[in-house]
Amino acid sequence: MGNAIAFYVISALILGFAMLVVTTKNTVHAVLFLVLNFLAVAALYVLLTAQFLAAIQVLVYAGGIVVLYLFVVMLVNLKRPPEDHSAPQRRPWLGFALAGVVLAQLGAILVWGGAGDPVDPHTMQNSDLALNNVERIGMLLYTDYFIPFEVASMLLLVAMVGAIILAKREL
Amino acid sequence: MLLSAALFMIGVAGVLLRRNIIVIFMSIELILNAVNINLVAFSYQLQNGVGQVFAIFVIAVAAAEAAVGLGIILAFYRNKETINIDEMNLMRW
Amino acid sequence: MIDTYFIPLVKILFVLNATLIAVTYMVLLERKVIAWVQVRLGPMRVGPYGILQPIADAVKLILKEDITPARADKWVFTAAPILVMVPALITFAVIPFGPSVHLFGRDIPLYITDVNVGLLYIVSVASIGVYGIILGGWASNSKFPLLASLRASAQLISYEVAVTMTLVSLIMTAGSLSMVKIVESQFNAGLWFIFVQPVAFVLFFIGGLAETNRAPFDMAEAEQELTGGFHTEYSGMRFALFFLAEYANMIVVSAVATTLFLGGWLAPFPNVAWLNVLELIPSWMWFLMKTFAFLYVFLWVRATLPRYRYDQLMRLGWKVLIPIAIANVVVTGIVKVLF
Repeated sequence: MGNAIAFYVISALILGFAMLVVTTKNTVHAVLFLVLNFLAVAALYVLLTAQFLAAIQVLVYAGGIVVLYLFVVMLVNLKRPPEDHSAPQRRPWLGFALAGVVLAQLGAILVWGGAGDPVDPHTMQNSDLALNNVERIGMLLYTDYFIPFEVASMLLLVAMVGAIILAKREL
Repeated sequence: MLLSAALFMIGVAGVLLRRNIIVIFMSIELILNAVNINLVAFSYQLQNGVGQVFAIFVIAVAAAEAAVGLGIILAFYRNKETINIDEMNLMRW
Repeated sequence: MIDTYFIPLVKILFVLNATLIAVTYMVLLERKVIAWVQVRLGPMRVGPYGILQPIADAVKLILKEDITPARADKWVFTAAPILVMVPALITFAVIPFGPSVHLFGRDIPLYITDVNVGLLYIVSVASIGVYGIILGGWASNSKFPLLASLRASAQLISYEVAVTMTLVSLIMTAGSLSMVKIVESQFNAGLWFIFVQPVAFVLFFIGGLAETNRAPFDMAEAEQELTGGFHTEYSGMRFALFFLAEYANMIVVSAVATTLFLGGWLAPFPNVAWLNVLELIPSWMWFLMKTFAFLYVFLWVRATLPRYRYDQLMRLGWKVLIPIAIANVVVTGIVKVLF
């Protein structure tokens, strides 16, 4: 019962902050709402007993990537006032209406497909995956999914070098 | 799962409707987060750790993409002094 | 019912109060210690030996006029000091002060909660603390604080990488991310981890100095640099909050270092039977003594070393600390496999 209430509250927060990110005029406010969104998603992961992923989400996403966005926003805004109003021939409400229609279709597919069956939270929270979360993920990551792990590290290395080169003023 | 679909749609709407390129990138991050929520929900329901492992990789890829994307924006901004994608038209440089 | 809600609430209130009082008196302690190092006496007028000085400071700051710059962003301006203070305080939720204590007929463990990703939680909360500094500088709507805050946050995120790498080798030695299990593994090994991983200890200490913007890495907020750094435009209670948040961060780093390297609440040689007379001192007292020793070293370093320049600081973080931390991880891995 407490679980369900927590889930609905966190979901409302996630969706609310996401709407605010997409609609605010001030860029810095949008970045801040993104941070709050990521923190709410991390809370959701804790609820779903993915504790390691929640900590990683806060560390990498909220603590790293959004700081990067904030830096760029500040460097870009140092000379320029915030964004002007949208061009008159663009109709935002049409976009939102279309998004709502696709959402309704996705929702219908999910509900009729039986994905909404409730699970028993008590057994889920005391299961092996929940209590020994870090060890289970570690085992999977280093045995079955070792090759994607190595590929991801190569990807990060390439991205790091690429970002440094892109940001240099003279090559 | 309904939650992640809703988040996904909000992200897509953001990508298509805003002209500030940084907000577009942030909406892409929202989409990636929606996918992650979906993966974790499946992992919880089926008690299989694969979902969480895949979500870790998605976060790593998102980090790499954000870094490179922001580098491109900075390089572009140094040349054209605008962050409005309507004006970022390479064909009319 | 009582067990799940009431007891943690009491613990939380106790820890928060103790922390806030400790932070306030850190202000006095710092001035006293620096004064004694410089062969003078420090604040002596207010109360006997200057004991009431923090109260005088608090009253002064509360009664000051609360200025918000003209075109600053009001919400962000107010939120920035909060964003620096809150992560420092909530880290205390996972630090173990001692083993179970038997009170009122119940076994009450002396930590607020034991998350099985405790150490990772502490690192991620620390990375949220960067926001307060960036936003504080930006919300002041003025050039000097903005540049100073960008510098300070670049310093913080660089040293975050070094500290996290150091902690990886420590996690390998301890075998778990949970703070309570790390202390227990020091008990099982019979040695504090400072003897097992001295390099990691030094790296963590240097990284901790840089993370809390403390001398010799305090160029972001020193009065001689960029007219006062990122809290130039703050006055009164908001400035007090920034100031106290820095001390709270220091206490947090000391407490974490105590738990990780100095054995938390364990007596010096816990497995040696004839030294059990040291157990007469309660475990939380050991914890406080060790944390206090750490804090003293922090203050000692501030009084002694000159300030690093910004490029020297970045060079130290990226080119020196990170390779050493990675080498430490590799060596720890090799040692663990061979023994």
